[in-house]
Amino acid sequence: MASETTGEVVHHVASYEGMPQLEFSAFPNQIFWMVVALLAIYFIIARVALPRIASVLQERHNVISDYLSQAEDFKSQAQEAEAAYETALAEARAEAQRIAAETKAEIQKDLDKAIAKADAEIAAKSAESEKAIAEISANALENVKEVATSTAGEILTALLPAAADDAAVAAAVAKRMKG
Amino acid sequence: MAVEGNLVEMGALIGAGLACTGMGGAAIGVGHVVGNYLSGALRNPAAAGGQTATMFIGIAFSEALGIFSFLVALLLMYAK
Amino acid sequence: MASGAEEVSAFNIHPMDQFVVKPLFGAGHTDINDVMKDLAWYTPTNVTLWLGIAVACIALLFVMGTRGRAVVPSRTQSVAEMIYTFVRNMIVDITGEEGLKFFPYIMTLFMFILFANVLGLLPYSFTVTSHIAVTGVLAIAVFLSVTILGFVRNGGKFLKIFWITEAPLALRPILAIIEIISYFVRPVSHSIRLGGNMMAGHAVVKVFAGFAGALGVGAVAPIVAIMAVYGLEMLVVVIQAYVFTILTCVYLNDALHPGH
Repeated sequence: MASETTGEVVHHVASYEGMPQLEFSAFPNQIFWMVVALLAIYFIIARVALPRIASVLQERHNVISDYLSQAEDFKSQAQEAEAAYETALAEARAEAQRIAAETKAEIQKDLDKAIAKADAEIAAKSAESEKAIAEISANALENVKEVATSTAGEILTALLPAAADDAAVAAAVAKRMKG
Repeated sequence: MAVEGNLVEMGALIGAGLACTGMGGAAIGVGHVVGNYLSGALRNPAAAGGQTATMFIGIAFSEALGIFSFLVALLLMYAK
Repeated sequence: MASGAEEVSAFNIHPMDQFVVKPLFGAGHTDINDVMKDLAWYTPTNVTLWLGIAVACIALLFVMGTRGRAVVPSRTQSVAEMIYTFVRNMIVDITGEEGLKFFPYIMTLFMFILFANVLGLLPYSFTVTSHIAVTGVLAIAVFLSVTILGFVRNGGKFLKIFWITEAPLALRPILAIIEIISYFVRPVSHSIRLGGNMMAGHAVVKVFAGFAGALGVGAVAPIVAIMAVYGLEMLVVVIQAYVFTILTCVYLNDALHPGH
Protein backbone atom coordinates (compact mmCIF):
# COMPACT_ATOMS: atom_id res chain seq x y z
CA MET A 1 0.00 0.00 0.00
CA ALA A 2 1.02 3.57 -0.53
CA SER A 3 2.01 5.88 2.28
CA GLU A 4 -0.66 7.54 4.32
CA THR A 5 -0.63 10.79 2.43
CA THR A 6 -0.91 9.21 -1.03
CA GLY A 7 -3.58 6.87 0.34
CA GLU A 8 -5.46 9.92 1.46
CA VAL A 9 -5.18 11.44 -2.00
CA VAL A 10 -6.13 8.20 -3.79
CA HIS A 11 -9.13 7.85 -1.57
CA HIS A 12 -10.33 11.33 -2.33
CA VAL A 13 -9.85 10.96 -6.05
CA ALA A 14 -11.19 7.42 -6.51
CA SER A 15 -14.09 7.12 -4.13
CA TYR A 16 -17.31 9.05 -4.00
CA GLU A 17 -18.39 10.01 -0.53
CA GLY A 18 -22.12 9.75 -0.10
CA MET A 19 -24.72 8.64 -2.60
CA PRO A 20 -24.49 9.95 -6.14
CA GLN A 21 -28.25 9.37 -6.34
CA LEU A 22 -28.84 12.18 -3.84
CA GLU A 23 -26.70 14.77 -5.61
CA PHE A 24 -29.53 17.06 -6.59
CA SER A 25 -27.35 19.30 -8.75
CA ALA A 26 -27.16 16.49 -11.31
CA PHE A 27 -30.93 15.98 -11.49
CA PRO A 28 -31.75 18.47 -14.27
CA ASN A 29 -29.10 16.93 -16.48
CA GLN A 30 -30.37 13.37 -15.96
CA ILE A 31 -34.01 14.34 -16.36
CA PHE A 32 -33.32 16.31 -19.52
CA TRP A 33 -31.45 13.49 -21.22
CA MET A 34 -33.99 10.94 -20.05
CA VAL A 35 -36.84 12.92 -21.56
CA VAL A 36 -34.90 13.18 -24.81
CA ALA A 37 -34.31 9.42 -24.82
CA LEU A 38 -37.94 8.68 -23.96
CA LEU A 39 -39.14 10.85 -26.82
CA ALA A 40 -36.75 9.11 -29.20
CA ILE A 41 -37.92 5.68 -28.04
CA TYR A 42 -41.53 6.79 -28.25
CA PHE A 43 -41.08 7.86 -31.85
CA ILE A 44 -39.26 4.66 -32.76
CA ILE A 45 -41.97 2.56 -31.17
CA ALA A 46 -45.13 4.47 -31.96
CA ARG A 47 -44.23 5.61 -35.46
CA VAL A 48 -42.21 2.67 -36.78
CA ALA A 49 -42.20 -0.45 -34.68
CA LEU A 50 -45.79 -0.92 -33.59
CA PRO A 51 -47.51 -0.28 -36.95
CA ARG A 52 -44.95 -2.42 -38.71
CA ILE A 53 -45.18 -5.35 -36.31
CA ALA A 54 -48.96 -5.06 -36.22
CA SER A 55 -49.10 -5.19 -40.04
CA VAL A 56 -46.69 -8.15 -40.10
CA LEU A 57 -48.76 -10.03 -37.54
CA GLN A 58 -51.95 -9.18 -39.44
CA GLU A 59 -50.41 -10.35 -42.69
CA ARG A 60 -49.25 -13.57 -41.08
CA HIS A 61 -52.72 -14.07 -39.69
CA ASN A 62 -54.17 -13.52 -43.16
CA VAL A 63 -51.70 -15.89 -44.79
CA ILE A 64 -52.40 -18.57 -42.24
CA SER A 65 -56.15 -18.20 -42.57
CA ASP A 66 -55.75 -18.23 -46.37
CA TYR A 67 -53.86 -21.47 -46.15
CA LEU A 68 -56.43 -22.84 -43.76
CA SER A 69 -59.30 -21.96 -46.07
CA GLN A 70 -57.37 -23.46 -48.97
CA ALA A 71 -56.91 -26.61 -46.99
CA GLU A 72 -60.63 -26.50 -46.24
CA ASP A 73 -61.31 -26.19 -49.98
CA PHE A 74 -59.04 -29.09 -50.76
CA LYS A 75 -60.72 -31.13 -48.10
CA SER A 76 -64.19 -30.43 -49.49
CA GLN A 77 -62.90 -31.22 -52.99
CA ALA A 78 -61.57 -34.50 -51.74
CA GLN A 79 -64.90 -35.18 -50.12
CA GLU A 80 -66.73 -34.38 -53.36
CA ALA A 81 -64.42 -36.69 -55.29
CA GLU A 82 -65.02 -39.39 -52.78
CA ALA A 83 -68.78 -38.92 -53.06
CA ALA A 84 -68.55 -39.06 -56.87
CA TYR A 85 -66.48 -42.20 -56.62
CA GLU A 86 -69.05 -43.70 -54.27
CA THR A 87 -71.95 -42.96 -56.65
CA ALA A 88 -70.00 -44.29 -59.62
CA LEU A 89 -69.26 -47.41 -57.68
CA ALA A 90 -72.91 -47.82 -56.71
CA GLU A 91 -74.01 -47.31 -60.34
CA ALA A 92 -71.49 -49.83 -61.57
CA ARG A 93 -72.64 -52.28 -58.98
CA ALA A 94 -76.28 -51.80 -59.95
CA GLU A 95 -75.39 -52.22 -63.65
CA ALA A 96 -73.51 -55.38 -62.88
CA GLN A 97 -76.45 -56.72 -60.93
CA ARG A 98 -78.83 -55.86 -63.75
CA ILE A 99 -76.65 -57.60 -66.31
CA ALA A 100 -76.30 -60.62 -64.08
CA ALA A 101 -80.07 -60.76 -63.60
CA GLU A 102 -80.68 -60.45 -67.33
CA THR A 103 -78.24 -63.16 -68.13
CA LYS A 104 -79.73 -65.31 -65.49
CA ALA A 105 -83.20 -64.73 -66.86
CA GLU A 106 -82.08 -65.58 -70.40
CA ILE A 107 -80.37 -68.70 -69.24
CA GLN A 108 -83.45 -69.60 -67.25
CA LYS A 109 -85.57 -69.12 -70.32
CA ASP A 110 -83.34 -71.32 -72.42
CA LEU A 111 -83.26 -73.83 -69.67
CA ASP A 112 -87.03 -73.79 -69.34
CA LYS A 113 -87.37 -74.26 -73.07
CA ALA A 114 -84.95 -77.13 -73.07
CA ILE A 115 -86.69 -78.72 -70.10
CA ALA A 116 -90.08 -78.34 -71.72
CA LYS A 117 -88.76 -79.90 -74.90
CA ALA A 118 -87.18 -82.72 -72.98
CA ASP A 119 -90.40 -83.20 -71.05
CA ALA A 120 -92.38 -83.37 -74.27
CA GLU A 121 -89.98 -85.85 -75.76
CA ILE A 122 -90.08 -87.90 -72.65
CA ALA A 123 -93.87 -87.82 -72.65
CA ALA A 124 -93.99 -88.89 -76.32
CA LYS A 125 -91.53 -91.65 -75.72
CA SER A 126 -93.38 -92.93 -72.68
CA ALA A 127 -96.72 -92.79 -74.51
CA GLU A 128 -95.20 -94.81 -77.32
CA SER A 129 -93.76 -97.28 -74.87
CA GLU A 130 -97.07 -97.57 -73.08
CA LYS A 131 -98.76 -98.24 -76.34
CA ALA A 132 -96.19 -100.89 -77.15
CA ILE A 133 -96.61 -102.41 -73.72
CA ALA A 134 -100.38 -102.40 -74.09
CA GLU A 135 -100.09 -104.08 -77.50
CA ILE A 136 -97.66 -106.58 -76.10
CA SER A 137 -99.92 -107.33 -73.14
CA ALA A 138 -102.99 -107.56 -75.44
CA ASN A 139 -101.09 -109.96 -77.70
CA ALA A 140 -100.05 -111.92 -74.67
CA LEU A 141 -103.65 -112.12 -73.46
CA GLU A 142 -104.75 -113.25 -76.90
CA ASN A 143 -102.06 -115.90 -76.95
CA VAL A 144 -103.01 -117.02 -73.46
CA LYS A 145 -106.63 -117.30 -74.57
CA GLU A 146 -105.68 -119.23 -77.61
CA VAL A 147 -103.41 -121.51 -75.64
CA ALA A 148 -106.03 -121.99 -72.96
CA THR A 149 -108.76 -122.68 -75.50
CA SER A 150 -106.67 -125.15 -77.44
CA THR A 151 -105.35 -126.76 -74.27
CA ALA A 152 -108.85 -127.00 -72.84
CA GLY A 153 -110.15 -128.42 -76.19
CA GLU A 154 -107.37 -130.97 -76.30
CA ILE A 155 -107.99 -132.02 -72.69
CA LEU A 156 -111.71 -132.29 -73.33
CA THR A 157 -111.24 -134.29 -76.49
CA ALA A 158 -108.96 -136.62 -74.64
CA LEU A 159 -111.26 -137.09 -71.62
CA LEU A 160 -114.70 -136.72 -73.13
CA PRO A 161 -114.62 -136.85 -76.88
CA ALA A 162 -118.37 -136.82 -76.96
CA ALA A 163 -118.70 -133.53 -75.30
CA ALA A 164 -116.10 -131.89 -77.32
CA ASP A 165 -117.45 -128.66 -78.63
CA ASP A 166 -115.11 -125.95 -79.68
CA ALA A 167 -117.50 -123.04 -79.22
CA ALA A 168 -118.44 -124.05 -75.71
CA VAL A 169 -114.81 -124.38 -74.72
CA ALA A 170 -114.03 -120.96 -76.04
CA ALA A 171 -116.94 -119.45 -74.15
CA ALA A 172 -115.90 -121.18 -70.94
CA VAL A 173 -112.32 -119.98 -71.30
CA ALA A 174 -113.49 -116.46 -71.91
CA LYS A 175 -115.76 -116.69 -68.91
CA ARG A 176 -113.01 -117.98 -66.65
CA MET A 177 -110.54 -115.40 -67.87
CA LYS A 178 -112.91 -112.60 -67.09
CA GLY A 179 -113.56 -113.97 -63.63
CA MET B 1 -7.59 0.88 24.83
CA ALA B 2 -8.84 4.22 23.85
CA VAL B 3 -11.68 4.31 21.39
CA GLU B 4 -11.50 7.17 18.97
CA GLY B 5 -13.85 8.25 16.24
CA ASN B 6 -17.13 9.87 15.51
CA LEU B 7 -19.97 8.68 17.71
CA VAL B 8 -22.59 9.80 15.20
CA GLU B 9 -20.94 7.79 12.50
CA MET B 10 -20.82 4.70 14.69
CA GLY B 11 -24.51 5.07 15.43
CA ALA B 12 -25.25 5.47 11.73
CA LEU B 13 -23.36 2.32 10.84
CA ILE B 14 -25.03 0.29 13.60
CA GLY B 15 -28.36 1.63 12.44
CA ALA B 16 -27.55 0.65 8.88
CA GLY B 17 -26.83 -2.88 10.00
CA LEU B 18 -30.06 -3.03 11.95
CA ALA B 19 -32.00 -1.65 9.00
CA CYS B 20 -30.73 -4.52 6.87
CA THR B 21 -32.64 -6.98 9.07
CA GLY B 22 -35.76 -5.59 7.43
CA MET B 23 -34.73 -7.26 4.22
CA GLY B 24 -35.15 -10.62 5.93
CA GLY B 25 -38.80 -9.79 6.37
CA ALA B 26 -39.10 -9.06 2.66
CA ALA B 27 -37.39 -12.36 1.91
CA ILE B 28 -39.93 -14.21 4.06
CA GLY B 29 -42.76 -12.32 2.37
CA VAL B 30 -41.54 -13.11 -1.14
CA GLY B 31 -41.04 -16.74 -0.20
CA HIS B 32 -44.55 -16.84 1.18
CA VAL B 33 -46.05 -15.40 -1.99
CA VAL B 34 -44.19 -17.75 -4.32
CA GLY B 35 -44.69 -20.79 -2.10
CA ASN B 36 -48.41 -20.25 -1.88
CA TYR B 37 -48.58 -19.62 -5.59
CA LEU B 38 -46.75 -22.87 -6.22
CA SER B 39 -48.90 -24.94 -3.88
CA GLY B 40 -52.01 -23.48 -5.48
CA ALA B 41 -50.58 -24.09 -8.93
CA LEU B 42 -49.86 -27.72 -8.15
CA ARG B 43 -53.40 -28.22 -6.94
CA ASN B 44 -54.92 -26.62 -9.99
CA PRO B 45 -52.33 -26.34 -12.77
CA ALA B 46 -54.94 -25.22 -15.28
CA ALA B 47 -55.51 -21.95 -13.44
CA ALA B 48 -51.83 -21.28 -12.73
CA GLY B 49 -50.98 -19.55 -15.99
CA GLY B 50 -53.48 -16.77 -15.52
CA GLN B 51 -52.23 -15.91 -12.06
CA THR B 52 -48.53 -15.47 -12.84
CA ALA B 53 -48.96 -11.73 -13.28
CA THR B 54 -50.74 -11.50 -9.95
CA MET B 55 -47.88 -13.39 -8.33
CA PHE B 56 -45.37 -10.94 -9.75
CA ILE B 57 -47.40 -8.01 -8.48
CA GLY B 58 -47.43 -9.62 -5.03
CA ILE B 59 -43.69 -10.20 -5.20
CA ALA B 60 -43.15 -6.60 -6.22
CA PHE B 61 -45.21 -5.25 -3.32
CA SER B 62 -43.51 -7.33 -0.66
CA GLU B 63 -40.08 -6.86 -2.17
CA ALA B 64 -40.48 -3.08 -2.23
CA LEU B 65 -40.52 -3.01 1.56
CA GLY B 66 -37.22 -4.88 1.71
CA ILE B 67 -35.80 -2.40 -0.75
CA PHE B 68 -37.00 0.41 1.52
CA SER B 69 -35.02 -0.99 4.44
CA PHE B 70 -32.01 -1.42 2.21
CA LEU B 71 -32.42 2.19 1.16
CA VAL B 72 -32.56 3.28 4.79
CA ALA B 73 -29.30 1.43 5.36
CA LEU B 74 -27.69 3.10 2.37
CA LEU B 75 -28.90 6.52 3.48
CA LEU B 76 -27.46 5.97 6.94
CA MET B 77 -24.14 4.89 5.50
CA TYR B 78 -23.68 7.34 2.69
CA ALA B 79 -26.00 10.31 2.96
CA LYS B 80 -24.61 13.20 4.92
CA MET C 1 -17.94 9.52 6.27
CA ALA C 2 -14.63 8.28 7.58
CA SER C 3 -11.63 9.05 5.52
CA GLY C 4 -8.13 7.82 6.06
CA ALA C 5 -5.56 5.30 5.09
CA GLU C 6 -7.01 2.29 6.92
CA GLU C 7 -10.22 2.35 5.00
CA VAL C 8 -8.36 2.37 1.73
CA SER C 9 -5.91 -0.32 2.66
CA ALA C 10 -8.31 -2.88 4.14
CA PHE C 11 -10.77 -3.41 1.34
CA ASN C 12 -10.66 -1.12 -1.62
CA ILE C 13 -14.40 -1.15 -2.08
CA HIS C 14 -16.22 1.81 -3.55
CA PRO C 15 -19.64 0.45 -4.45
CA MET C 16 -21.08 3.89 -5.11
CA ASP C 17 -18.50 5.07 -7.62
CA GLN C 18 -20.23 3.38 -10.49
CA PHE C 19 -23.27 5.61 -10.06
CA VAL C 20 -21.41 8.90 -10.43
CA VAL C 21 -22.61 11.04 -13.31
CA LYS C 22 -19.57 12.34 -15.22
CA PRO C 23 -19.31 14.65 -18.17
CA LEU C 24 -18.23 12.84 -21.30
CA PHE C 25 -15.83 15.52 -22.50
CA GLY C 26 -13.30 17.52 -20.53
CA ALA C 27 -12.54 16.02 -17.14
CA GLY C 28 -12.28 19.34 -15.35
CA HIS C 29 -12.22 17.96 -11.82
CA THR C 30 -9.64 15.77 -10.20
CA ASP C 31 -11.83 15.12 -7.16
CA ILE C 32 -14.69 12.79 -7.97
CA ASN C 33 -16.84 14.47 -5.34
CA ASP C 34 -16.95 17.70 -7.31
CA VAL C 35 -17.80 16.14 -10.64
CA MET C 36 -21.55 16.15 -10.16
CA LYS C 37 -21.72 19.54 -8.47
CA ASP C 38 -21.75 21.86 -11.45
CA LEU C 39 -23.33 19.91 -14.26
CA ALA C 40 -25.34 22.03 -16.63
CA TRP C 41 -28.66 20.52 -17.74
CA TYR C 42 -27.40 20.12 -21.31
CA THR C 43 -23.93 18.68 -20.59
CA PRO C 44 -23.47 15.34 -22.37
CA THR C 45 -22.65 12.88 -19.60
CA ASN C 46 -22.36 9.12 -19.22
CA VAL C 47 -26.14 9.21 -18.72
CA THR C 48 -26.40 10.58 -22.24
CA LEU C 49 -24.04 7.93 -23.55
CA TRP C 50 -25.86 4.98 -22.08
CA LEU C 51 -29.28 6.36 -22.90
CA GLY C 52 -28.03 6.80 -26.46
CA ILE C 53 -26.84 3.20 -26.53
CA ALA C 54 -30.21 2.04 -25.22
CA VAL C 55 -32.03 4.04 -27.91
CA ALA C 56 -29.67 2.64 -30.54
CA CYS C 57 -30.32 -0.92 -29.36
CA ILE C 58 -34.07 -0.37 -29.43
CA ALA C 59 -33.79 1.11 -32.91
CA LEU C 60 -31.67 -1.85 -33.98
CA LEU C 61 -34.17 -4.32 -32.63
CA PHE C 62 -37.35 -2.64 -33.82
CA VAL C 63 -36.31 -0.80 -36.98
CA MET C 64 -33.51 -2.90 -38.45
CA GLY C 65 -34.81 -6.17 -37.02
CA THR C 66 -38.28 -5.82 -38.51
CA ARG C 67 -37.09 -4.29 -41.79
CA GLY C 68 -37.78 -7.49 -43.69
CA ARG C 69 -41.46 -7.53 -42.65
CA ALA C 70 -41.19 -11.25 -43.32
CA VAL C 71 -44.15 -13.55 -42.87
CA VAL C 72 -41.67 -16.15 -41.65
CA PRO C 73 -39.64 -13.94 -39.29
CA SER C 74 -35.91 -13.72 -38.84
CA ARG C 75 -34.49 -14.18 -35.35
CA THR C 76 -34.42 -10.47 -34.51
CA GLN C 77 -37.85 -9.95 -35.92
CA SER C 78 -39.30 -12.77 -33.88
CA VAL C 79 -37.75 -11.29 -30.73
CA ALA C 80 -39.39 -7.95 -31.56
CA GLU C 81 -42.69 -9.71 -32.20
CA MET C 82 -42.41 -11.66 -28.96
CA ILE C 83 -41.92 -8.44 -26.98
CA TYR C 84 -44.84 -6.87 -28.84
CA THR C 85 -47.22 -9.73 -28.07
CA PHE C 86 -45.93 -9.99 -24.49
CA VAL C 87 -46.66 -6.34 -23.68
CA ARG C 88 -49.91 -6.39 -25.61
CA ASN C 89 -51.18 -9.46 -23.76
CA MET C 90 -50.13 -7.91 -20.47
CA ILE C 91 -52.20 -4.79 -21.18
CA VAL C 92 -55.20 -6.76 -22.42
CA ASP C 93 -55.09 -9.14 -19.45
CA ILE C 94 -55.02 -6.36 -16.88
CA THR C 95 -56.89 -3.40 -18.34
CA GLY C 96 -58.93 -5.06 -21.08
CA GLU C 97 -59.18 -3.89 -24.68
CA GLU C 98 -59.64 -0.27 -23.60
CA GLY C 99 -56.08 -0.10 -22.38
CA LEU C 100 -54.71 -0.72 -25.87
CA LYS C 101 -55.00 3.03 -26.56
CA PHE C 102 -52.02 3.42 -24.23
CA PHE C 103 -50.05 0.58 -25.80
CA PRO C 104 -47.33 2.85 -27.32
CA TYR C 105 -46.71 4.62 -24.01
CA ILE C 106 -46.50 1.42 -22.00
CA MET C 107 -44.33 -0.19 -24.63
CA THR C 108 -42.01 2.84 -24.54
CA LEU C 109 -41.78 2.58 -20.77
CA PHE C 110 -41.10 -1.14 -20.87
CA MET C 111 -38.44 -0.95 -23.57
CA PHE C 112 -36.72 2.00 -21.92
CA ILE C 113 -36.51 0.32 -18.52
CA LEU C 114 -35.61 -3.09 -19.93
CA PHE C 115 -32.75 -1.82 -22.05
CA ALA C 116 -31.44 0.62 -19.45
CA ASN C 117 -31.44 -2.20 -16.88
CA VAL C 118 -29.83 -4.83 -19.07
CA LEU C 119 -27.18 -2.49 -20.47
CA GLY C 120 -26.35 -1.50 -16.91
CA LEU C 121 -25.17 -5.04 -16.26
CA LEU C 122 -22.30 -4.68 -18.72
CA PRO C 123 -18.97 -4.19 -16.96
CA TYR C 124 -17.91 -0.51 -16.76
CA SER C 125 -21.35 0.57 -17.88
CA PHE C 126 -23.61 3.07 -16.19
CA THR C 127 -27.08 2.12 -14.99
CA VAL C 128 -29.43 4.96 -15.81
CA THR C 129 -32.32 3.42 -13.90
CA SER C 130 -30.35 3.21 -10.66
CA HIS C 131 -30.89 6.94 -10.20
CA ILE C 132 -33.87 8.19 -8.27
CA ALA C 133 -33.97 11.19 -10.59
CA VAL C 134 -34.79 8.93 -13.53
CA THR C 135 -37.12 6.43 -11.88
CA GLY C 136 -38.78 9.19 -9.86
CA VAL C 137 -39.64 11.15 -12.99
CA LEU C 138 -40.99 7.99 -14.63
CA ALA C 139 -43.08 7.12 -11.58
CA ILE C 140 -44.39 10.66 -11.13
CA ALA C 141 -45.23 10.83 -14.82
CA VAL C 142 -47.19 7.57 -14.52
CA PHE C 143 -48.87 8.73 -11.32
CA LEU C 144 -49.90 12.13 -12.69
CA SER C 145 -51.09 10.85 -16.04
CA VAL C 146 -53.09 8.04 -14.45
CA THR C 147 -54.68 10.40 -11.93
CA ILE C 148 -55.54 12.98 -14.57
CA LEU C 149 -56.84 10.26 -16.88
CA GLY C 150 -58.99 8.89 -14.08
CA PHE C 151 -60.58 12.24 -13.38
CA VAL C 152 -61.04 13.09 -17.06
CA ARG C 153 -62.69 9.77 -17.88
CA ASN C 154 -64.73 9.24 -14.74
CA GLY C 155 -65.04 12.68 -13.16
CA GLY C 156 -65.92 12.49 -9.48
CA LYS C 157 -66.60 8.77 -9.75
CA PHE C 158 -62.86 8.25 -9.80
CA LEU C 159 -62.85 8.90 -6.05
CA LYS C 160 -64.75 5.65 -5.62
CA ILE C 161 -61.44 3.80 -5.58
CA PHE C 162 -60.96 5.22 -2.07
CA TRP C 163 -64.47 4.32 -0.89
CA ILE C 164 -64.70 0.56 -0.76
CA THR C 165 -68.37 -0.36 -0.89
CA GLU C 166 -67.72 -4.03 -0.20
CA ALA C 167 -66.54 -3.20 3.33
CA PRO C 168 -68.89 -2.58 6.27
CA LEU C 169 -69.94 1.06 6.57
CA ALA C 170 -68.13 1.62 9.86
CA LEU C 171 -64.83 0.50 8.40
CA ARG C 172 -65.07 2.54 5.23
CA PRO C 173 -63.63 5.85 6.52
CA ILE C 174 -60.63 4.05 8.00
CA LEU C 175 -60.13 2.11 4.79
CA ALA C 176 -60.48 5.34 2.84
CA ILE C 177 -57.63 6.89 4.81
CA ILE C 178 -55.48 3.80 4.20
CA GLU C 179 -56.38 3.80 0.51
CA ILE C 180 -55.56 7.49 0.13
CA ILE C 181 -52.20 7.03 1.83
CA SER C 182 -51.39 4.00 -0.28
CA TYR C 183 -52.46 5.89 -3.40
CA PHE C 184 -50.03 8.71 -2.70
CA VAL C 185 -47.25 6.30 -1.73
CA ARG C 186 -47.57 4.70 -5.15
CA PRO C 187 -45.06 6.91 -6.99
CA VAL C 188 -42.60 6.58 -4.12
CA SER C 189 -42.68 2.80 -3.99
CA HIS C 190 -42.93 2.57 -7.76
CA SER C 191 -39.74 4.55 -8.29
CA ILE C 192 -37.73 3.32 -5.31
CA ARG C 193 -38.51 -0.32 -6.14
CA LEU C 194 -36.85 0.02 -9.51
CA GLY C 195 -34.03 2.36 -8.49
CA GLY C 196 -33.30 0.52 -5.26
CA ASN C 197 -33.19 -2.87 -6.94
CA MET C 198 -30.79 -1.63 -9.57
CA MET C 199 -28.61 0.16 -7.05
CA ALA C 200 -28.58 -2.78 -4.62
CA GLY C 201 -27.72 -5.39 -7.22
CA HIS C 202 -24.91 -3.41 -8.76
CA ALA C 203 -23.51 -2.41 -5.38
CA VAL C 204 -23.50 -6.05 -4.26
CA VAL C 205 -21.61 -7.09 -7.38
CA LYS C 206 -19.14 -4.28 -6.75
CA VAL C 207 -18.66 -5.28 -3.10
CA PHE C 208 -17.87 -8.86 -4.07
CA ALA C 209 -15.50 -7.56 -6.74
CA GLY C 210 -13.74 -5.58 -4.00
CA PHE C 211 -13.36 -8.78 -1.95
CA ALA C 212 -11.90 -10.51 -4.98
CA GLY C 213 -9.37 -7.73 -5.41
CA ALA C 214 -8.26 -7.96 -1.79
CA LEU C 215 -8.03 -11.73 -1.46
CA GLY C 216 -5.48 -12.59 -4.14
CA VAL C 217 -5.56 -16.35 -4.80
CA GLY C 218 -8.52 -16.80 -2.47
CA ALA C 219 -10.50 -14.64 -4.90
CA VAL C 220 -12.09 -17.77 -6.39
CA ALA C 221 -14.85 -17.71 -3.78
CA PRO C 222 -15.94 -14.10 -4.37
CA ILE C 223 -15.70 -14.62 -8.13
CA VAL C 224 -18.08 -17.59 -7.91
CA ALA C 225 -20.30 -15.44 -5.74
CA ILE C 226 -20.19 -12.67 -8.35
CA MET C 227 -21.25 -15.14 -11.00
CA ALA C 228 -24.19 -16.26 -8.87
CA VAL C 229 -25.22 -12.69 -8.04
CA TYR C 230 -24.81 -11.72 -11.68
CA GLY C 231 -27.16 -14.51 -12.72
CA LEU C 232 -29.66 -13.35 -10.13
CA GLU C 233 -29.25 -9.78 -11.37
CA MET C 234 -30.01 -10.82 -14.95
CA LEU C 235 -33.27 -12.19 -13.63
CA VAL C 236 -33.94 -9.17 -11.42
CA VAL C 237 -33.42 -6.53 -14.11
CA VAL C 238 -35.90 -8.20 -16.44
CA ILE C 239 -38.41 -8.83 -13.66
CA GLN C 240 -38.13 -5.24 -12.45
CA ALA C 241 -38.84 -3.95 -15.95
CA TYR C 242 -41.82 -6.31 -16.08
CA VAL C 243 -43.00 -5.29 -12.60
CA PHE C 244 -42.75 -1.57 -13.34
CA THR C 245 -44.78 -2.06 -16.50
CA ILE C 246 -47.36 -4.35 -14.95
CA LEU C 247 -47.88 -1.95 -12.04
CA THR C 248 -48.36 0.84 -14.56
CA CYS C 249 -51.04 -1.34 -16.14
CA VAL C 250 -52.65 -1.94 -12.74
CA TYR C 251 -52.75 1.81 -12.02
CA LEU C 252 -54.11 2.43 -15.50
CA ASN C 253 -56.81 -0.14 -14.84
CA ASP C 254 -57.77 1.78 -11.69
CA ALA C 255 -58.14 4.90 -13.79
CA LEU C 256 -60.17 3.16 -16.50
CA HIS C 257 -62.41 1.09 -14.21
CA PRO C 258 -62.47 2.76 -10.77
CA GLY C 259 -65.32 0.58 -9.49
CA HIS C 260 -63.03 -2.49 -9.72
